[in-house]
Amino acid sequence: MIRVMLVLLAALMALPVAAQDSMPPAPYAYNQLEDPAMEAEAAALMATLRCLKCQSQSIADSDAPMAGDMRHQVRSRILAGESPAEIRAWLIARYGDYVSYEPTVSASTWPLFAVPVLVILIGAGVLLRRLGKRRSDAGDAA
Amino acid sequence: MIAEIGLAALWLAAALAVLQMVSGGFALRSAEGAPNPMAIYARPAAVVQAVLAVLAFLLLLYAFAITDLSIKLVATNSHSMKPMIYKLTGTWGNHEGSMLLWVGVLALSGGLLAAFEKRLPERTMGATLAVQGFVALGFYAFLLLSSNPFERLPVPAVEGVGLNPLLQDIGLAIHPPTLYAGYVGLSVAFSLAMGALLTKEVNPNFARVMRPWVLGAWVLLTFGITAGSYWAYYELGWGGWWFWDPVENASLMPWLAATALMHSVSVLAARDALRTWTIMLGVLAFSMSMLGTFLVRSGVLTSVHAFAVDPERGAFILGLLGLYIGGAFTIFALRAGAVAEGKRFSATSREGALVFNNVMLSAILAIVLLGTLYPLLTEAFDVRVSVGPPYFNPAAAIFAVPMFLVMAVGPLLRWKEDKPARIQFEMLLVAAVLIAVIALVSFFGNFPLLPLLGLGLAAALAVAAVLPLKGRKLTRVPVATWGMVLAHFGVAVSLFGMACEGAFTQERLAAVAPGGTEQVGDFAVTLQSVTPVAGPNWTAIEARLAVSQNGGEPVILAPQARNFWSPPQATSESALLTRWDGQLYAVIGNQAEDGRWQIRVWWKPFVTFIWYGGLLIALGGVLAIAGRVKVDVKRRKATAMGDARRADLEALGAAAPVPAE
Amino acid sequence: MSQNRLWLWLPLALFAFFAGLAGYMLTQEKDQFVESTMIGEPLPEFALEPAFGGLPGAARSDFVGGKPRLLNIWASWCLPCIAEAPQLEALKAQGVEIIGIAIRDRPEDVANFLGQYGNPYTRIGSDRISEVQLAIGSSGVPETFVIDAKGVIRYQHIGDIREDDVPVLLAELEKAQ
Repeated sequence: MIRVMLVLLAALMALPVAAQDSMPPAPYAYNQLEDPAMEAEAAALMATLRCLKCQSQSIADSDAPMAGDMRHQVRSRILAGESPAEIRAWLIARYGDYVSYEPTVSASTWPLFAVPVLVILIGAGVLLRRLGKRRSDAGDAA
Repeated sequence: MIAEIGLAALWLAAALAVLQMVSGGFALRSAEGAPNPMAIYARPAAVVQAVLAVLAFLLLLYAFAITDLSIKLVATNSHSMKPMIYKLTGTWGNHEGSMLLWVGVLALSGGLLAAFEKRLPERTMGATLAVQGFVALGFYAFLLLSSNPFERLPVPAVEGVGLNPLLQDIGLAIHPPTLYAGYVGLSVAFSLAMGALLTKEVNPNFARVMRPWVLGAWVLLTFGITAGSYWAYYELGWGGWWFWDPVENASLMPWLAATALMHSVSVLAARDALRTWTIMLGVLAFSMSMLGTFLVRSGVLTSVHAFAVDPERGAFILGLLGLYIGGAFTIFALRAGAVAEGKRFSATSREGALVFNNVMLSAILAIVLLGTLYPLLTEAFDVRVSVGPPYFNPAAAIFAVPMFLVMAVGPLLRWKEDKPARIQFEMLLVAAVLIAVIALVSFFGNFPLLPLLGLGLAAALAVAAVLPLKGRKLTRVPVATWGMVLAHFGVAVSLFGMACEGAFTQERLAAVAPGGTEQVGDFAVTLQSVTPVAGPNWTAIEARLAVSQNGGEPVILAPQARNFWSPPQATSESALLTRWDGQLYAVIGNQAEDGRWQIRVWWKPFVTFIWYGGLLIALGGVLAIAGRVKVDVKRRKATAMGDARRADLEALGAAAPVPAE
Repeated sequence: MSQNRLWLWLPLALFAFFAGLAGYMLTQEKDQFVESTMIGEPLPEFALEPAFGGLPGAARSDFVGGKPRLLNIWASWCLPCIAEAPQLEALKAQGVEIIGIAIRDRPEDVANFLGQYGNPYTRIGSDRISEVQLAIGSSGVPETFVIDAKGVIRYQHIGDIREDDVPVLLAELEKAQ
């Protein structure tokens, strides 16, 4: 029981322990790019990058300072002329696939794509069995 | 004394759950027409148990209300300086309290079922109560052995730790209890399904008993998810309303299963078809609610809104999950083959459409389940992957789009067998609306595919939803049919809101000096001032934003950045300006080095329709319940009158009066 | 019919698979860290301003030549950094050169911190926008990297350095020779 309480307390304490700095955010953390087309590109990319300090949030939805710094990286690199794909590749080279929400088929993610196909097949099978056959013998149904 | 009485009540309730289980089990052994003498205890046990469990919850509520700091749960989750409303809602803002609430509602539904449900055969009822008692017993054991809410501290705390500020919000007051009540409703549906399966009484009569519980659970889940989504929208400060976060998925999955179950149980009640399918969905819906509980509380997955987690508890819930769901699926596999096949129907019939959509809903459920659990699977191999909106949205859409199309025409089809040619006009109309809207919208701009499809489908569904009323006398349309029309129209409304938010949202992030103005959409937003303000347990900086639409009269919005001091945490309180055609969403951020303030403003056209739609769907469910209850009461009255007349006739005809049963 | 019966066992099989997986994961230590995938890669090019007046700034060239060094990502506002300060001192006493990178920090705060908890660094660069931190795949403070004499990242330690981590780091430095 005491252990449970400690866990609880630790969970509550975890917030102040992860103290944050008082520094103002990086220039492009909370400011948009001038060019709407570039900003749209950056925004679309940011929505598919994972905030590393948060839990299941993209860097586009997070107030964590590190998410802000990542947004700054994305915007300033877009401004410097890099393509979203290059920026994503740059981040993946540093943090692995974990940093990207963009679904890609790889050795570790192929089931994510195989299973929906399987579901389509099973769904079609179930429907054919339940509905397809009936048409022929609907006449003798009670 | 409060804590001790509460604990005693819980232990007694647990003992009664054992009695309910054993006594209900004896009902299965009774011969036809001769009730087993041991089976008479199940119903009273369920009723008394309900009183005790509710009492235990009320006692904990009281302990929170008076901030009894000698109780550990109160000391770790409350604070004497908190506003009263959040002291009360704090009761279920933590693991133990929410489990007690869950158990209280579970016992209450068991009690209601035992006290008022007389339509089922005694054997089926006995089996149902036995399963219900078994489920309840597991939760009592969980509470009493590993999550005792009434545990005392050796020395009373001087002051409480406080409640997570994110949870100090009115959204929290309604969102989790509604979801729990919905989960509990599904557990009753589960008990009924198991009872019917064990006694092979899967028939329309059983479906009519199960239906109100499924409908009720579904309404509560719909409402809970809608409220939760709106809470996340205004509380998290970035204008997102659905993140495909594990915890959100955990609440969505039971809803998907319940939606399928609700339609399936209606087919069973009306047409005596889809027997095994209904049982399967009954088990599945409850499994999903248990799975959700496991994911949220065990900490195996990370999420923005997880409880304080503990693997020990996770192991306990997993054990319960294995017992209930593993057991249920085993019984299903053993017995379902023995359930006679229901009535048959052709593919082009209302049943056919419902089966198609049930399969689509199950497929979406499979995708959400896969996406949620997949990171867990790869972590077992030490690989970390992220599955998020870019996966869920298109993968779910593959099944959602055909589902919406069939949903548009399904209610127009006749039961059992129909000819598509009969509803040619309606089908053409719906298709025309769909194509026209998509063509029109893509003419005006370049929008992403999914919002575009969403807009077209929303328009088509809105038209299709009211088509079943065509050619009918509106005053004679049954209440339940109105419920369906309203719920389907609600889906269209919600889809419209989602598509508009996705396609037309405008965003402005900027550093603004006091007096400066930013433009977003038709709105000019002027930062008038930034001032410190204080609340009962927080301090904040508050911005005054003058918002003027197309140069009109300005409206003041006051977003805050709050700092709570117990526990210390910062939250951003967004300020919303609601118009009929959308919402302006404003947030105040940090101060930049040059003294300017970061503000974030969004104009989200028709975003409110997402939640209006959710409410319409829930309201449709309420109407459906009301309609069914009305019909049911009428039927009961008619049967009662018939019985009375028959008894009178017999009394007149026979020499000696027959003693009344 | 027998083929039908087999289908009925499918839900149970799927559930059993999930239960097994979940049970296994419950016994596993929950790994909250995001590891850098830059191990074995050369340190990216950078040159940071000094974090405060007392020490020079840090650049990639400071890691090239001589012997392996430690790159310590830290900040004065980070509480675990206080906990690891004595261990950094211990490493310094063993003759290890530690180059610090202060994340989102102010010169006066850095000076205060070093005054209070000791200064194990030879250089400290100021990374005000986590630029270098992102470039080397670090996802928090404190983190410590072993960089060999060619400027290649060889090892990453996530979190504060505890007493028993010191020999591990010394061994990694040895390996990077």
